[in-house]
This record gives sequence, C-alpha cells and structure tokens, in this order.
Amino acid sequence: MDNKFLVSSSPHIRGPFSTRGIMADVLIALLPSLVVAVYFLGIRALFVTLLSVASCVFFEALWNKITNKPMTVGDLSAVVTGVLLAFNLPVSIPFYIPIIGAFIAIIMAKQFFGGIGQNFINPALAARAVLLASFPQLMTDFSLPGVDGVSSATPLALIRTGEELPSITSLLIGNVGGSIGEISALALLIGLVYLLYRKVINIRIPAVYVGSVFVLTYVLGLISSVNVNPLYEIMAGGLFLGAFFMATDYSTTPATPKGEIIFALGCGILTTVIRLFGGYPEGTSYAILIMNLTVPLIDKYTVPKPFGAVNKS
Amino acid sequence: MMKSKLYSFKKGIHPSYNKERTSGKPIELLHPKGDIVLPMVQHIGAPCTPLVKKGDRVLVGQLIGEANGFVSSPIHSTVSGTVKAVEDRLVPNGSKVLSVVIEDDGLREDDPSLSKKLDYRTMTNDEIIEVVKEAGLVGMGGAGFPTYIKLMPPKDKEISHVIINGAECEPYLTSDHRAMLEKTQQVIDGLKIILHLFPNAKGYIGVEDNKPDAIAKLEELTKNEDNIEICRLETKYPQGSEKHLIYALTNREVPSGGLPADVGCMVQNVDSAIAIWRALEMSRPIMRRIVTVSGDGVKNPGNYNVRLGTSYRELLEHAQWDPENTAKVISGGPMMGMALSSIDVPVLKGTAGILCFTKDTALIPEESNCIRCNKCIEVCPCVLMPTQLNLASQIRDDEMFIKYNGMDCMECGSCSFICPANRHLVQSIRTAKASVRAKQKDKK
Repeated sequence: MDNKFLVSSSPHIRGPFSTRGIMADVLIALLPSLVVAVYFLGIRALFVTLLSVASCVFFEALWNKITNKPMTVGDLSAVVTGVLLAFNLPVSIPFYIPIIGAFIAIIMAKQFFGGIGQNFINPALAARAVLLASFPQLMTDFSLPGVDGVSSATPLALIRTGEELPSITSLLIGNVGGSIGEISALALLIGLVYLLYRKVINIRIPAVYVGSVFVLTYVLGLISSVNVNPLYEIMAGGLFLGAFFMATDYSTTPATPKGEIIFALGCGILTTVIRLFGGYPEGTSYAILIMNLTVPLIDKYTVPKPFGAVNKS
Repeated sequence: MMKSKLYSFKKGIHPSYNKERTSGKPIELLHPKGDIVLPMVQHIGAPCTPLVKKGDRVLVGQLIGEANGFVSSPIHSTVSGTVKAVEDRLVPNGSKVLSVVIEDDGLREDDPSLSKKLDYRTMTNDEIIEVVKEAGLVGMGGAGFPTYIKLMPPKDKEISHVIINGAECEPYLTSDHRAMLEKTQQVIDGLKIILHLFPNAKGYIGVEDNKPDAIAKLEELTKNEDNIEICRLETKYPQGSEKHLIYALTNREVPSGGLPADVGCMVQNVDSAIAIWRALEMSRPIMRRIVTVSGDGVKNPGNYNVRLGTSYRELLEHAQWDPENTAKVISGGPMMGMALSSIDVPVLKGTAGILCFTKDTALIPEESNCIRCNKCIEVCPCVLMPTQLNLASQIRDDEMFIKYNGMDCMECGSCSFICPANRHLVQSIRTAKASVRAKQKDKK
C-alpha cells in the first residue's frame, strides 16, 4: 500500500473567494441603475447595455482565441466593463458606437497591457474618452429617441447656464437627462451599500472623492463667479457612478489605504476644477483617467511600514 | 455577567475553524504498538549525539541523545525496550535525520532519574532552568526553540509579562483547547513556576473566545491568583502568532528582527507550561504530547496523548483514516502545517496535529491573474504588500523583495487564503526569502 499524497506549500485551505464572485457582486450592484434607466429612458437602455456587454465578451473571447491565452470570459470582468461602458453612453446612441467602444475598452485598454489586473487605465472610461473625442455630438445628445420636447440638457449643464433645475427628488430617482447609468443617485447609492456590505470595496475612495467635490465646489463657489450648487453637484452627473464604480476599479487604483485617499482626493480636485473652470460640464471621467496614470507613482511612495518597524532602533 | 475585554490585533483573517469535530473529545491515551523512532533533531539548533547503540536496553525517560552546544535540546527514550538501530530515518519535514529506533517491550520500566523529588520553591533560578534544559523542553508550537533559552532573557531586559499562548488559532487543531480544559491546574502551576523565575512579572493566559469552556475553567481556578489574568482573545487568525499575541495583550510591537524580551514579554505554549510543571513537579522529561488528528479523511477524529516517536501511521489508523480517499496529509494546522509525502514518520516534540484531507478539501484551484483587489494587503498582519512581494519573487528581484520588507513576512498564509485569484502568494514569498538568505550566507 503506497499512497501518493499531494504535497504543496502551506496554506492548505483557501477562502471562499473568487474573481468571478467579486465581478458578480459588482454586476448585482449595477442592477438597480439599469432598472431605473429602463424605466425612465426606455427599453433601448437595456438594448444598448446588452449590446455593449455582448461586444466586450466577444472581443475578450476573440483576443484569448487569437493569442492562445486561457479563456477568461468566465471571470465576468468583461461583462462588468460592458455594463460600465453602456452606462457612460447616452440612450440615443447609434448601435455601432458600443461596439467600437467595446473594442477600445477590451482590446486596446485592457488586453494590450496584459488583461485583467494589468491595465493602467479604466477600460470603460478609456473607451468613453475616445468616443467623446471622436463622436462629440452623438456622445452628448441626451434626447430621448422618438420623444419630442423632452429636456435634453443634463442637470450639470443647467447649473452652469443658470437655468431652472430639476428637483432633488428627480435627481435621486433618476427623472433627469444624462447617460444611461448616471441618472439615479439613489440607485447608485443602493449599489454602493451592497458593494460595501459584501466588502467588495471599502468606503475610502467613494467618501473622499464625493466629499472633496462637495467641499471644493462649496469653497470655490464662494470665491469665484461660477454658478454652483454643491448638493446638486455631487448628485448630478456621473460623479456617483464614477466614484462608486470606476474610481474603485481594482486594477487602476492604489494598493494601500493611504494611497487610496491621495487618489480619491486627486480625483475630487480634478473633477471640480474641470467642471467649474473647464469648457465641459462633466469632469468625472477625465479626472479618474488622469489619476489612473498617477497610481504607480502613488504606490511607490505609500509602501506601508511593516509591523514591528516603528520601534526599530 | 459582564463580558470581559476582548483583546485582538490589527488585520488578519477569519477562516472556517472546523474545530467542532474534536473540541468536545476528551484526550485519549494511546499506547504505541510499533517501533519508536526518536530523531536526534527535534528542535532548532545543533543535532544531539546518540548515547546508545544497537542492542542496548533503554528505560522510560533515559537520556539517549546528548545536547550539543548552547542552542540544542536533549532527547529521552519514551518507552522501555531494546535499541533496534541507530540510523537515518525520514522525519515529517521530508529530510532524513539520524534517529534511535527502539523496539518497545511494553514493560514501561522507568529510568531511576524519574524518581527524583524536586521543589522549585527552594531552588535557585539557574537550577530550575537546568532542570528545564535537561528535560528536553522545546517550544511545542512547532518551531522547536529550546525553552530554557527563552527562560533566560538578556539581563538588561526586565520581563513584565509572562504570557501563556492558548490562542490556538490554527483551524482544526484542538489539542491546546483540551489541555487547558483537562489539565487546567497544570497549566496554571506551570505558569506559576515561570513567574517564580520572574518575581516582578505578571502572568497572562490568552485564549481565543471560541473556547469559552476553557476560559471559564481557567478563570475559576485563578479566582484567588492575584498575579494571573485570563485574557479573552478575538477568534481571528493568526492570533497565536507570538508577536501578534503580545500586541493584542500589551499594545507593544516587538521590533522587526527582535525578541519578545525587547518589549518585556515572554510567551510560552500551553503544552510548554504543562511540560515545565511535569519537569519540576514530576521529574519527567518531555516524552509525550497531545496530537489532534482530524480532517475529512478520518472517521474517528480526536485528541490523542501519544509517546514521542510513535508513527503517524499508527495515529491515522487509530483515527480510522480512509487511505483510498486521502489526497493530502498535513503535519500541523492547515494554515502553516507541512504536507507529507509519507506517513511513516514519527511524532516529534513539535507535532501539534495531523490532518487528513480528501480530494474535495485538498484541491486548490488554479492561479489566475492578480486583479489588484488588495485584499492581501488588507489582511497581512505584518503590514506588507504580498502582491508586490509575489511579483518580486516571480521576476527574481531580490532587491525589490527586500525593499518591500519581504524578510518581515512570517509566512502565516493569510494572503494566499484571502486571494480571489488563488495566487500562491506566501508560497512565492517563501521562495524569495530562501533565495535572499542563501545569498546573504554566500556573502559571509
């Protein structure tokens, strides 16, 4: 009787965690926003989202196939990217745009750099930035297809021009203009609470990001001539979507708590500056993209002191 | 009743403890049937020199391996019988070590040295420490550092806290739990002997709060001991790490590369406290230990009191292991224990448990890309960045490894446990540590 045993280095047990499980949690957290989008923007919001997801999964599978890499579609990260990409598009977007976006996100931003965990900028945001530069009219047309006379400007645009604003309640439930995933502050908050409860993310980045935008907008509004409204500023536009779901993207954010706070603060400052002084009412996506580029630097200077190092003589 | 304070450290993980199968099982005395194999190295330090040769008759408790040098610890026979061989034998860590093999005659005839009567209250500190040294006591948690050296901290370090480590934070293991429950008074008396050496120190027994019965019993028996405090510890891995236990109880951080004495602390295992008591009150060297045998590959898990040198196979057979379905056998706990290639190895002073895992429990999913979720950084009790160390190890960049404080890793395995991508984090860190150490050795 000669048993052959498995021999491996400890630990011999692993926790019940997986990349797929984490991504599934993110998808669950994004679901309320999708429901709201379908309710207020129509069934087209669902079609755009499904098309975007399908394109992302397709490009991920295609890349794995032609490069002979293990199939990574099962980790659901491409699905998350697909949903986030769609959430950054207006509902009236022509159907070829999400397909182009998916190519930019999955192939150029993610796979060119080594796939999941290796990309240095958020794929969905990179795609949005490229699309915004390439198709400026299509990407900022927030009218509802087939419906005449519905407000097409986003609340942030209305603040700057000093026009009448929608009520806070409308901002909360999502009865306003905007990209598919950003309209309802409440739906995004529900998603945040779920992610925190499931410990997928921690509160640091969302809290510091949103908090710093609020404080900065308030202070800058006092000392400059720009029209501001801090409460609207944080609830309207893509801030919640960005702060909860994209500035918390694992691959493109710093590794340590200290680094996360620096990163979130940078996002907050850039968002506010772009919004108030830039020629563009939205600032979230560019702020996050720019801060993504600083992550290696932040990580380099925020290596934690090991346990027992404090009183090293 | 108001709950007492719950002590803890920062970070760490909450694995499934799987202790319920054995925590309620009383310690069972097991008599060996086969040969007793006593390796001449069961500690950190120099190997012992065998004092017997083939054909000699040895008695229970007889010195058969003489300690060599300062950091060493003697070996005693654990049965009476005839020396069958003095040869290299396989030990749990996979190496072959010169061992004395004894054919047990079942007579249990004691060596005359066991009938000595001692009274530590009338002995000098040096005499007490000598007894501990001669009894062959080593840290029973696994590392195997000779206990007597621990009892002699540098003269300039004042010891204020003597801590008995009853955390037992490794999943599955329950031997310390049972010992604290069934040999409560011996644990306390062992602590009192150590406190006798350090009259200015206070005694603490730290127990994780998943052992409320042990805490209650210890509290009851120390009701009238002003100088001993029972401390409830949060059930969290690795609460039983010496440095983290000290931090939990005293808020003091043992400096990196330093010793507990640097912050006025001394930590001893539950088993060591009992062994110290046995050495001084019963004149018994270390000859037995309590071993938890558990895991889903055994039908009759339990806590067994066995003679050192008993084969793992005997223990597993007693616990009714299933040879057909056992995929992995582990010496120690699942977080830091060693996977065995053979079960024909002897129980050593440092054997706390033997686990049998079937395929379902033993299989570890394949590695995938790091997604930079930073969970490993969140849980690392040493406040390191396991992802970076993993990278440094993979690209064999020792400089980067040292820059990210890789040498401070204590290999608790929390990072690998938590990793959603199932990366072999601590495993790769271990490799890099060995590489750095080898290079440092070369330089000298």
